[in-house]
Amino acid sequence: MNKLSGTACDARQRGPRHSGGEAQEGPSHGARLGKWAGMLSLAAAMTGTLPAFGSGWDLLNMPRGVTNVSTRIYSLHMMAFWVCVVLAALVFGVMIWSLLFHRKSRGAVADVTMVHNTRVEIVWTTIPVLILVGMAIPAARLLVRINNNTDSELSIRVNGFQWGWQYQYLGTNVSIVSKLATSSDAASMLDSHINPRSVPHYLLDVDHPLVVPVGEKVRLLITSVDVIHSWWVPDLGVKRSAIPGFINEASFTIDPDKPGVYRGQCADLCGRGHAFMPIVVHAVSPAAFETWLKQQESAGKQVSSGEPAPPAAST
Amino acid sequence: MTESHETAVHAEHDHKPHGWRRWVFATNHKDIGTMYLIFSGVMFFLGGAAAMGIRAQLFKSGLELFDPAEFNQLLTMHALMMIFGAVMPAWVGLANWMIPLQIGAPDMALPRLNNLSFWILPFAGALLMSAFLVPGGAPAGGWTMYPPLMEQFGASFPMVIFAIHLLGISSILGAINVIVTIMNLRAPGMSLLRMPLFVWTWLITAFLLIAVMPVLAGAVTMLLTDHFFGTSFFNAAGGGDPVLFLHVFWFFGHPEVYILILPAFGVISEIIPTFSRKPLFGYEAMVYATASIAFLSFIVWGHHMFTVGMPVSAQLFFMLSTMLIAVPTGVKVFNWTATMWRGSLSFEPPMLFAVAFLFLFTIGGFSGLMLALVPSDYQYHGTYFVVAHFHYVLVPGAVFAIMGAVYYWLPKWSGRMYDMRLAKWHFWLSAIFVNVLFFPQHFLGLAGMPRRIADYAPQFTDWNMVSSIGGFVFGAAQLLFPYIVWRCVRSGKPVGANKPWEGARGLEWELPSPAPYHSWQEPPSEAVLAHGAEH
Repeated sequence: MNKLSGTACDARQRGPRHSGGEAQEGPSHGARLGKWAGMLSLAAAMTGTLPAFGSGWDLLNMPRGVTNVSTRIYSLHMMAFWVCVVLAALVFGVMIWSLLFHRKSRGAVADVTMVHNTRVEIVWTTIPVLILVGMAIPAARLLVRINNNTDSELSIRVNGFQWGWQYQYLGTNVSIVSKLATSSDAASMLDSHINPRSVPHYLLDVDHPLVVPVGEKVRLLITSVDVIHSWWVPDLGVKRSAIPGFINEASFTIDPDKPGVYRGQCADLCGRGHAFMPIVVHAVSPAAFETWLKQQESAGKQVSSGEPAPPAAST
Repeated sequence: MTESHETAVHAEHDHKPHGWRRWVFATNHKDIGTMYLIFSGVMFFLGGAAAMGIRAQLFKSGLELFDPAEFNQLLTMHALMMIFGAVMPAWVGLANWMIPLQIGAPDMALPRLNNLSFWILPFAGALLMSAFLVPGGAPAGGWTMYPPLMEQFGASFPMVIFAIHLLGISSILGAINVIVTIMNLRAPGMSLLRMPLFVWTWLITAFLLIAVMPVLAGAVTMLLTDHFFGTSFFNAAGGGDPVLFLHVFWFFGHPEVYILILPAFGVISEIIPTFSRKPLFGYEAMVYATASIAFLSFIVWGHHMFTVGMPVSAQLFFMLSTMLIAVPTGVKVFNWTATMWRGSLSFEPPMLFAVAFLFLFTIGGFSGLMLALVPSDYQYHGTYFVVAHFHYVLVPGAVFAIMGAVYYWLPKWSGRMYDMRLAKWHFWLSAIFVNVLFFPQHFLGLAGMPRRIADYAPQFTDWNMVSSIGGFVFGAAQLLFPYIVWRCVRSGKPVGANKPWEGARGLEWELPSPAPYHSWQEPPSEAVLAHGAEH
């Protein structure tokens, strides 16, 4: 059931971050465990009165993503998840046993002498410590790896504003202002009477996406001009707060075989338009990226002068 | 005949002012406790109404009911009302009612202070609620009030800050009263390590309150001076740092979440032994575990802000200290489980709520452990996964414990038994639909839905719809609760001389039901203490 191949025609490709029309798609939402299907049908049965839209029932887990870091985060997440499942099975098992068999109605008589047991208490204090150490080691390793932002090949300044993102390719005159696509904007208005399902990538599409090369380490220098925002693209495994007056660093390297469109959203409440400042990343081959960047640079004078500066803070 | 008997009993103890004076000038811990609980109930339903609005808005993709700015007001006020208006006052109300009864004290140590700390609340609550009425509406920056966003809100901004100051003063006064009462008014022979766990957890909670409420007051005061007096604590343009607010806020905020949950641990530690007909397993370990959790709560605040760009070493520290909390929390869960083991269990409503607490709070604990791992937290932070996590620990955690406590002690307070069948309905509807409400939010968060968004991409619709339906049924089921309590107090069957719960232990059960207006005027003797501790 693990769908890891990046086939373009993955039928279950309904994630928020993938555009259906792209020639080259990112991989599907990571491994979906067969067991989920059972849970799904149970949930579907529970809510049988709902119209069966069927578009989002399979959105259950974190995406594996398209970078080494995002894949390792996914593995760490699944490791922690299964540790919790096993512990829950043990603890809940004992509880359920008591609930079933130590009932007064079944004639159970309480063992009132059982008030404490030092040996048992030491065991159930030490074993969790060992499990936690086992979880902390890989987490700490990965944390150090993620925060290594050296040796990047491309630096982009990311500037959050109410409500959109501005991207400045450092060392060039290329600057992009990226805001919610007008189709989504129109449909989001009160009483627009536009069905959001008829809008492609409703709320997850922008006018001018961020374009990056695959296979190269891209460093982001993230800040904000007004309030705190947070730049998040799940498939890249990157989330960093954009804080006015301070610059945060983050970096990612998209797997060379995973060009595609990756979508995300602002992840910190930033006012009225918080739900309406998506992030779209076009990952293209390095050659295509160079061509694009050159085009932008030559057109740069018009673009940068034509683009409005990020608006000042306003409510 | 029971009527006349009751009147006679009442007349004996009934030296109390009548009419409005009894409540406005109240110094009796039972009256004040009752008022706290009523206030808490009112705020619970107001905060719940805001929650219903949120779930209605999120029922499907595409804006339906509220403008995004109004939606942000709803979610901000929902949190403030529930945390400061519903859960904290409920715990102070239960402390007022139960601590004197449980330690053999005639009243709280500082009755007039007690009156003040309650009567601040309705005014603070009204001030908070009236934020909706001023131009620009209520603050909409989330209960975390991060600057600079928080400073963009208009007339309601200073009102909410003043309301928070008042609520904080009320909490501090209440906490002082609890500490002084426990330290000075215990019955002779009740050493600290003979105190019931509800008293223990409240003692520790009271210290947490005194330690961190002033920190919150400081944080919001700095917001205020930044906004009105030209300071730049959090304004980068003036040399300040917005992240400073996050540090100060969460230095308050993390102990605050334990303020909400530690008394719940106490309540569960009272209820489970009663309905297992067995003493609590590992009493001393429970006390030390509570103290450890309280201590750790001061050194984990950074886990709320892993994505703000702290140094790696700081992130590592906060990850490890956070994971450490799992150890004492695990000890508690294991002790409760061991208490039920080889017990003689029965499932009256308080026990049902306590068992649900045990399972669902543990689920919230597991997602908390996952959130502690910094790399994974980079993906979870600011999503519905976090919303699911903290609602699991606060709703089937703190709120279920409060309801369990009311169902447990209501016969003691009123002398009457409530309708068990209705209470079981209330329980089952709550326990089932709280999961329908919050479990799918784990999926939504993992799949990429940020929290606090007024509208979402269509692929998130299905689980949001499930969650909203769960929310509506859960919300409607809560209406049973005040009805059950009201009917019990008005016309419930008198419980008579016997304990309503055969397995109940502790001094409060040595008193008649209802507990007389003035109880333990003579401290209980050692014989009564020992009898109270037996089955």
